[in-house]
Amino acid sequence: MKLKFYLTISLIGVLLLIPGAAAYAADVLKPDHAFNTGACIIIAVTIFLLLLLLLWLIRLARGLKEDEVAQEKYGDKWIFRQINSLDAPQLDQLISRRNHRKKAIGKAKGGNNGFTAVMLLMLVFSGLAVQAQTAAESKNVLISPGMIIMLTLIFIPLVVIVFLVTLKIRNLAVKTRYSRVKKETTELVKAIDDDDAVYEELIKRKHALNYRLTNNELAGTIEAEDSKGILLNVDEVHGPRFFASKRKAAPKHQTDPKLVKLIMWYLGSAAFWLVLGTSVGEYIGIKFVSPDADHISWLSFGRLRPVHTNMVFWGWSSMAMLGLGYYVVTTVSNTVVYSIKWGYYSLILMNAAIITGSGMLMAGINNGGGEYREYIWPVMTLFAGGIVLSLANYIKTIAQRKTREIYISNWYIVSAMMFLTVIVTVGYLPFYQNGLGETIVQGYYMHQAVGMWFMFFNLGLVYYFLPQQLNTPIYSYSLGILAFWSQILFYTLIGTHHFIFSSIPWWLQTVAIVGSMGMLIPVFSGTTNFIMTFRGNFNKIGRSYTLPFYIVGILFYFTGSTQGTAEAFRETNLIWHFTDFTVAHSHLTMYGIIAFMLWACIYTIVPRLTGNEPKQGLVGAHFWLALIGLLFYTIPLMVGGTLKGIAWRDGKPFIDGVVLMTPYWLWRAIGGSLMWASHLVFAWNMYVMFSGHKSHPDIRKEVFEKLNTIPFNAEI
Amino acid sequence: MEIYNDHKKLFTAALCFFLLLTFFVAIGPAFTSQNNNAPLPGSKPLNRLETAGKAVFIAEGCVACHTQQVRNVDMDKVWGARPNIAADYANIIRTDVWRNTATLMGSERTGPDLTNVGTRQPSNDWHYLHLFNPRSVVAESVMPSYEWLFDIKEYAWPNDVVVNVPDDFKKGITGKIVASYKAVALVAYLRSLKEITLPDGKPVPIFLYGKGAAEKAGAATSGKGVAAKPEFDGAALYATNCQSCHQGNGEGLVGAFPALKGSKVVLDDNPEIQVTIIMKGYNGRISEGYGIMPAVGTNNNLKAEEVAAIVNHERSNWGNSSKKVTVDDVKKIIASFGKPEAAIAKK
Repeated sequence: MKLKFYLTISLIGVLLLIPGAAAYAADVLKPDHAFNTGACIIIAVTIFLLLLLLLWLIRLARGLKEDEVAQEKYGDKWIFRQINSLDAPQLDQLISRRNHRKKAIGKAKGGNNGFTAVMLLMLVFSGLAVQAQTAAESKNVLISPGMIIMLTLIFIPLVVIVFLVTLKIRNLAVKTRYSRVKKETTELVKAIDDDDAVYEELIKRKHALNYRLTNNELAGTIEAEDSKGILLNVDEVHGPRFFASKRKAAPKHQTDPKLVKLIMWYLGSAAFWLVLGTSVGEYIGIKFVSPDADHISWLSFGRLRPVHTNMVFWGWSSMAMLGLGYYVVTTVSNTVVYSIKWGYYSLILMNAAIITGSGMLMAGINNGGGEYREYIWPVMTLFAGGIVLSLANYIKTIAQRKTREIYISNWYIVSAMMFLTVIVTVGYLPFYQNGLGETIVQGYYMHQAVGMWFMFFNLGLVYYFLPQQLNTPIYSYSLGILAFWSQILFYTLIGTHHFIFSSIPWWLQTVAIVGSMGMLIPVFSGTTNFIMTFRGNFNKIGRSYTLPFYIVGILFYFTGSTQGTAEAFRETNLIWHFTDFTVAHSHLTMYGIIAFMLWACIYTIVPRLTGNEPKQGLVGAHFWLALIGLLFYTIPLMVGGTLKGIAWRDGKPFIDGVVLMTPYWLWRAIGGSLMWASHLVFAWNMYVMFSGHKSHPDIRKEVFEKLNTIPFNAEI
Repeated sequence: MEIYNDHKKLFTAALCFFLLLTFFVAIGPAFTSQNNNAPLPGSKPLNRLETAGKAVFIAEGCVACHTQQVRNVDMDKVWGARPNIAADYANIIRTDVWRNTATLMGSERTGPDLTNVGTRQPSNDWHYLHLFNPRSVVAESVMPSYEWLFDIKEYAWPNDVVVNVPDDFKKGITGKIVASYKAVALVAYLRSLKEITLPDGKPVPIFLYGKGAAEKAGAATSGKGVAAKPEFDGAALYATNCQSCHQGNGEGLVGAFPALKGSKVVLDDNPEIQVTIIMKGYNGRISEGYGIMPAVGTNNNLKAEEVAAIVNHERSNWGNSSKKVTVDDVKKIIASFGKPEAAIAKK
């Protein structure tokens, strides 16, 4: 009971510490305090460690409880079970004890005392190491001594308290376990002394343990042969392979062919817009290096930039999401889609919006310069109409679901659709958008479009596809619930962090910064959930061509989102805002997270829908080109952006910053080219998956079917 | 829990939560900001030509690279005399039935901020050359060329704005390069972008994160005593204020901006004319085809120390070597034609 009490207290304590740290961070964010990246990193790491601690405590509590339950459950058989868990020397010891018939009951050798000691020692050292690390980090990155002192003063007691509480709980747990093991062992020894049946069992177990394999049981000298025709694909490989062959996709699903066709239309449109949109992006990236590439108004940088962003936003990502959404929503509801027709109408509306919108932007007709709000309202109405149609379709599908509960994917997907409708409406209604009202709405609009639409929808998709691909349930439903509600709470607040230091109200800027801080909660819980779902399945990554996409997506989900938090602080915003760092960040997230997750889902599901697999080597080429390209793209821009911000801060002439960026812009163009090449590969893979190239067995099947129809005596 | 099994409840809850937050961070503050800010007394709405120019600015997507916001941080001092406040944007309203309000605050500063460009760079000649091909005046620029805003004519009418493009950038164009209506409008719009002085009594927001403050803090904590007096870097000041016309090599552009290399004014040991031109502008060489020089020193609020640094930079570079001036010399000359503050007040 005492233990449970302690555990509860410490759980509450850890929970209290998280907002505490956040509040502390918000406190130092006042403009007259020096605050910088180092502090953000430390806070982020601390919060993450606290979350890990929390998880560990939960596990500990659960473990203890399970032991207790197990003992009660097995009752009499408990002793036999115990015997099975002992090793040979321990059995020897017990046997010799019985044989010598010693009167006194000695202390049996517990299984894991030594281990416990080592663990405790490691815990102490790791605690010390963490402390040392914190101190060293602060020294490196924080400039003002006052800040070092303040941070150290706050963090040392924090770390020590957490450490001590942990130690206390751990000791208690160890003690409890120790006394129980002691009691059990004593009972066992007694039982062996008194009960012959148990002794028999003991001897039997000892023989079993002593048995050794000859290592020749399954081998033979005969050549491998499949005389019964049971095996398929006998493939003996001698020597290492350069390219490991990956597992084949699971066999084709029984999905309504009409739905499959609809999904394929969505994904096909998405792939088309991806290739076109990134071609535009690639071209305007080159314009940084070669500004005189052309002097044609329709192809000028200012006009093409929104074409690129809107095309990959609304064309590629949104359509791929909706297409995959049609699969997920119906599948997890265990029903059929409400209306295929609505799906097509929605697709047509969205495509129409992108075609007309892009054309208008190139002709110089735009809404007035707010990012991602460049389409004028008639165009955006088309798009929103498409979204609303699909939303209604999804909700009606869910309403006729065959399952009682609504799977978490559907929360995310339907909410994202509802939120986008709200966001677009709020962004385009004119009543409150004169003067600075436009800017406040712009901050809200552009960031909600990213976070509450793309991120939210994608999380929904991953909550379905990742467990499905790993063939394991999602780690924790509760973490999913936490991430869901906390993302709505915090993400909605952070829009204005795009206008820090601008003329919008100071309190609104502060709310945005605090919200950005709070975003660590959904990001950390989401990441933990995905990584823990992977737990025990990491070996599958090497044998799969889809899992690497998931891993990269999750990795960038963590780093990209945390980077967003770090960028929101006033001190860091000072350096990074307005520079190319922002461009790097948006690609890290929209590409690293969203695009990679979408590819993961597409490669997972399309082969199962169509029965056609892409060539594994080409999927690999797509993956590596995209990943390496993204790194070449983002890292130079982050470095260059930081240097540019520092140059501005130091009062260097503006043109110095432009000259400074030249090599980084070149690297960006190179990275961009790799990314673009990967999309061409992707488009080819899509084509292969859709129809064109049948896999070998399918071709063979068809050929044999044809063979049947040909007369025996005909010439082939 | 029941809510997770009932789609109506679940989705309504999520939607209401989101709407509530939306009102709190977006719609509410937007309404407040729209209704509680009036245009500043000194501001005047754009005239027809300037409005047409703004339309060109929006259509060409200039906002992708140019911000129009002076933030209240020290590094933005170069873009305006004071940080912007909400009232600065109050007279910007919805463009038309099709298009939203365009405050054009921007989110990326690949090019310079334009809040105050009308004061900083009032030269028409420079703007036209720059728009025709930015590289003709700023060699390192990556801005696109807006060639399509110009017409090529065999003969120019008397009212036509003819642009003297250097031969390197003509690319085989033989006729006269004439600014179209769009170009004229765009330049008029750019020149209309000026920060307005706040009316008396209205508190002027301060620039945060100043270098002075940081240095003071550093000096106080490191105990080294007074930090070294900031040196004014003539080369950097020249690059910021003069280079876009007179060029980094001091040779100017033939037919547009005169050379400083070997210039009589610069080589004159008496700095009076040179300082006066910097502070008050110059129109003495229009007959030779050179443009009017704006009062750069006054427009950009240059201090006597900064003017002295620029003058000395010009006097000791590109083969020039004339007598250096002291800050006191400059102060005396400026005092002789009245305080620069007086000049600003007049404007």
